[in-house]
Amino acid sequence: MKVLVAVKRVIDYNVKVRVKSDRSDVDLANVKMALNPFCEIAVEEAVRLKEAGTAEEVVVVSIGSKSCQEQLRTALALGADRAIQVDAQDQLDSLSVARILQKVAEEESADLILLGKQAIDSDNNQTGQMLAALMDRPQATFASEVVVEGDALKVTREIDGGLQTLSLKLPAIVTTDLRLNEPRYASLPNIMKAKRKPLDVKTPDELGAQLAGGVELLSVEPPAERQAGIKVGSVEELVDKLRNEAKVVA
Amino acid sequence: MSILIITEHDNQSLKPVTLSLVTAAQQIGGDIDLLVAGENAQPAAEAAASIAGVRKVIHADNAAYAHQLAENVSKLVVELAEGYTHILAPGTTTGKNLAPRVAALLGVNQLSDIIAVEAADTFKRPIYAGNAIATVKSADAVKVITVRGTAFDAAEASGGSATVEACDSVHQHADVSFVGEELAKSDRPELTAASVVISGGRGMGNGENFDMLNKVADKLGAAVGASRAAVDAGFVPNDMQVGQTGKMVAPELYIAVGISGAIQHLAGMKDSKIIVAINKDEEAPIFQVADYGLVADLFEAVPELESRL
Repeated sequence: MKVLVAVKRVIDYNVKVRVKSDRSDVDLANVKMALNPFCEIAVEEAVRLKEAGTAEEVVVVSIGSKSCQEQLRTALALGADRAIQVDAQDQLDSLSVARILQKVAEEESADLILLGKQAIDSDNNQTGQMLAALMDRPQATFASEVVVEGDALKVTREIDGGLQTLSLKLPAIVTTDLRLNEPRYASLPNIMKAKRKPLDVKTPDELGAQLAGGVELLSVEPPAERQAGIKVGSVEELVDKLRNEAKVVA
Repeated sequence: MSILIITEHDNQSLKPVTLSLVTAAQQIGGDIDLLVAGENAQPAAEAAASIAGVRKVIHADNAAYAHQLAENVSKLVVELAEGYTHILAPGTTTGKNLAPRVAALLGVNQLSDIIAVEAADTFKRPIYAGNAIATVKSADAVKVITVRGTAFDAAEASGGSATVEACDSVHQHADVSFVGEELAKSDRPELTAASVVISGGRGMGNGENFDMLNKVADKLGAAVGASRAAVDAGFVPNDMQVGQTGKMVAPELYIAVGISGAIQHLAGMKDSKIIVAINKDEEAPIFQVADYGLVADLFEAVPELESRL
C-alpha cells in the first residue's frame, strides 16, 4: 500500500498570535513556524504503517512557497520516504488545495491519503473532506484509531458524544484527531538522513489543477478581552453573587 | 434569497443546535427550508416543521441516511441545492464532516464555524483557536457555511407549521459502511448545549473525585466537563474535554474547578456569560477571565457549594 500524507506549515502552536496594527491579518513576520500538529500525527501514523509492513512507501506533500520545504524535511526526518512541494502562494484556499492534492494523489496512485483534521491557523477543517468528495472516495474524519483489514480500513472516529466506527474500502481519505498517536521526535541521524531524501518541486499548472478562490479576507481583529472580575471570600458569598448579582442560579 | 439548513438529529429528536442555525439563517434573511435526512426520522421531521419561521421541511428517509454518512448525504444535498443561495450545517462533528464535501461537489469554497452574520455574503469566524477573529466575504454563487451553535440564540421550537415534503432520492456510496458506535450515556445535558457547565481540572486528583462535580451538576441541571490536563491524566474520558482541541462551550454559567486556565482551555470556554473559578492557587491564570474567583481548597469548597445550592 502506498500512503500519501499532506502537511501544512503553520505558526508554532506555542507562539502567541498577534494581529497586525492595520488589522489586515495576523502578524507572521519573524514568527517561529512548524509542522501543523495534526499533520505531524498523520505523518506518524503513515510511518507506523510502514514499520508494520503494511505500507511500502510514504510520500509527503505540502503546498506553499519554498519555505514549506522545511516542514517537508521534518516529515522526512520522522520517516517519510520522499517529498513533493507544490509551489504556490501560502494560505491557498481549501478547495484549491484539495484540487491540487487530487492531482498528486492520482499521479501517485495513493491507496491511503492521510491529513490532519485541521490546520491550527485557519481552523477550517475542510481539506480532507473536499479531497474525498473530488475523488468520490470514502472518508473518515477525526480518526482516533486506524486498522488495516486487507483492502479496507476500520476507522474509529471521535464524534460529539462518543465514538463511531466506519469501514472504508481503499483508496480512502483519513483525517487525524489528537489521540490517534503520539508523534516521535526526529533523531539527529534521521534529520541528517532526511537532507538526502528526494524532494520534488511541482506547480499547480504542471499538475493540471485549477485554482478556486471566492473567499476574501476583509479584516482580522483580536478577540474581545475578558475583564477579570472580583474575588469572593467564601462559598456563601459566591452563591449570593450568583443568585442576586449575576442571577444565573435560582 | 433562500437558505437550506441541514438539521442535526438522531432520527427521534432534533438537536438544539438546529434552532441556533435557524436564528443565523434569519439574520441572513430569506426563505428557510430544513433538510432532515435519516431513517425512520418522522419525529425529527415533525419537530423541524414546528420551528417558527420555517417554510418547508424536506424529509429524506432511507437506510442510506441512517447514520448521516457524508458520502451519501452530500450527494443528496447537492441534488437539492438548486435555487438555494446559502446552505448551512451545524459546526458539530457531523456538520464539519459533511459541509466541505457538499462545497467541493458544488465547486465552491466553504466558510467554517461562523460566529456572526455581517451581511448575506460577509461573516465573522474565529481563526487561530479564537485568538483572532476574521471577517470574510464570499463571492461564491452558493455559500456553504458551518455555524457555531453557541454564537447564536435558539429560535422558537414551536409555533411554526411548515409543510413536510418527502424526498425519495437515495444515494448510497458502495465503499463505506457503518460498523458501530459507542455513545456516552448520560441523563445530563450535552456539554455544548447545556446552560450551566461545571468542569474539573488536574486539581481534582482522580476520576472518583469528579463525583463531587456530578452532585453539583445534578442540582444545577449542568453538564460536566474537564480540562485537557484531567483527560490526559486519565481521570475522565476525552469526550468531556472543553478546549481548543475538545468541545467549545458558551453556557450562561461556567464553573472551573481546579483548572489553572491554560490558553487551550480558555479558547473553549471564554465566551461563557458568567465564569466562576475555584482554585487554591491565587496566581492561576483562570482568575484573569473569571467574573467570580474563589481562592480555596476545592475539596472543601465544592461540597459546601453543593449544600448551599
